[in-house]
Amino acid sequence: MALTNEFIKGKLTEKFGEGVYSFEEPYEMLTFESHKDDNLKVLQFLFDDEDLKFQFLTDICAVHYPDKKGSELAVVYHLHNLVDNVRIRFKVFTGIEQPDVFSATALYQSANWMERETYDFYGINFVGHPNLKRILNVDEMDYFPMRKEFPLEDQTRIDKDDEMFGRGGSIW
Amino acid sequence: MSDVKHIKLPDGSIEKQTTTLNLGPTHPATHGVFQNIVEMDGERIVSSEQTVGYIHRAFEKIAERRPLYQITPLTDRLNYCSSPINNMGWHLTCEKLLKVKTPKRVDYMRVIIMELARIADHLICNSVVGVDSGALSVFLYVMQYRELIYEIYEEICGSRLTTNIGRIGGFERNFTNTAWTKLDKFLAEYPGVLKEFENLLTRNRIFMERTIGAGPISAERALNYGFTGPNLRAAGVDYDVRVHSPYSSYEDFDFTVPVGTTGDCYDRFLVRNQEMWQSLSIIEQAKQKLEQFKGAEAEVYHADIPEYYLPEKKDVYTKMEALIWHFKIIMGETAMPAGEVYQSVEGGNGELGFYLISDGGRSPYRLHFRRPCFIYYQAYAEITKGAMLSDAIITLSSLNLIAGEMDA
Repeated sequence: MALTNEFIKGKLTEKFGEGVYSFEEPYEMLTFESHKDDNLKVLQFLFDDEDLKFQFLTDICAVHYPDKKGSELAVVYHLHNLVDNVRIRFKVFTGIEQPDVFSATALYQSANWMERETYDFYGINFVGHPNLKRILNVDEMDYFPMRKEFPLEDQTRIDKDDEMFGRGGSIW
Repeated sequence: MSDVKHIKLPDGSIEKQTTTLNLGPTHPATHGVFQNIVEMDGERIVSSEQTVGYIHRAFEKIAERRPLYQITPLTDRLNYCSSPINNMGWHLTCEKLLKVKTPKRVDYMRVIIMELARIADHLICNSVVGVDSGALSVFLYVMQYRELIYEIYEEICGSRLTTNIGRIGGFERNFTNTAWTKLDKFLAEYPGVLKEFENLLTRNRIFMERTIGAGPISAERALNYGFTGPNLRAAGVDYDVRVHSPYSSYEDFDFTVPVGTTGDCYDRFLVRNQEMWQSLSIIEQAKQKLEQFKGAEAEVYHADIPEYYLPEKKDVYTKMEALIWHFKIIMGETAMPAGEVYQSVEGGNGELGFYLISDGGRSPYRLHFRRPCFIYYQAYAEITKGAMLSDAIITLSSLNLIAGEMDA
């Protein structure tokens, strides 16, 4: 049986009922959400089920939506069933005040560094992660730089001394 | 009786019985800027810890301020041994978001470039494995032929290492006759070189004894660790993005996906060598397919999408319409659809993915790079545990770790 998006959706709603929602298919990839407390249950079910077999974790990343009050941060999992060659995208949203999400490291070894990276940039606290510390940024950093409240520098700002940066001034 | 002075050692360092060795961040054996702190018992590795991020440049953050076409140069600097693949992957992501269909001729031209990049990438990786096992001459020898590939890039896009090649919808210009001549020269000379390269290493007794059984990983562990690309195929899983989710008309080509069995350094070496032969065959096929285009079709090098493809400069100066489009694209006036896409390509060392969320603004709302070597490098501690230090060095180079890609 072909593993179609409808079939996966049916399987998930059969198992979790109202626990999984917001099914969409942007650019043909099945995308859905669950409550953040259920993320491991959903991932485990997708991993173990005989028909689904989403056993390859392609990617974990986070997204910051400052306007969504109470669920500002999203953790996005990209999963791949290598046997039937189907990809799906699974999201959980969490509030920025207490961004606790269960860690998928027990299920996927590859989640280890990906979750560390996500923590590093968005401050998502992966509960149960064996070694949750910064990976790409310096350890002393005390903020999460990919959050939207840190805008990139305005390229037209004029209050900086350009001579310090090799521009303008009297080099010649 | 002399007054013996002892060197003061840290507490517990004699009882510890193991030695801590620091490999990196700037050590010749790491071939890039990252650190391994290795705990050793004699010559054997007891445990190790990796530190990465020394050349992190916040590309994902920078990309949130840039229009799509300005993100291409950022992707160059991921896996800089095969920048054209990264560039094409980015163009394909944009084209998927914008629902742009590229002409077949563009697809085939892209395939040629991507396969050349793959050859360049694998060639460096495999010859560096040779260097780390004590065979420097092959490395120096093949550099000359990577140079031929770089000359082809240079002829097509004007630069060599960080190529910024192509545009959304196609290429910035058609391949010149010189480019074709250089490609022909490469295709004529390279098979002999690759054969000689294999003759020097593949059945070389010293090389075999150094690499067979070094840094092995089982297929199951490799999948769990998120391995992709040649490293996964060396473990025996025939997953190749070109076959599983064909992009840029890879479905039109006939090629095999070489796989190994044990996932050790020797298998990774063999898989990469075989892939170079396959790449050569793909380039030949692409050339034949391109020769079948006749008349106006044989001159097509970009899709007809004036709203996203920057017009040629000479048109901008002389034609009203081209000037308008140029202005609109540069000022970010063209409409961007909102949506989220994931597009992956088979990069030099695995599945290079781009996850792009657009909210309709001129720059991405969020862009995430799935960098294959960042993901599989975490397995390094496990696959080198209990190995000799010298095996760990070969494993490091045969995994094809590129610091630029790892740290993004």
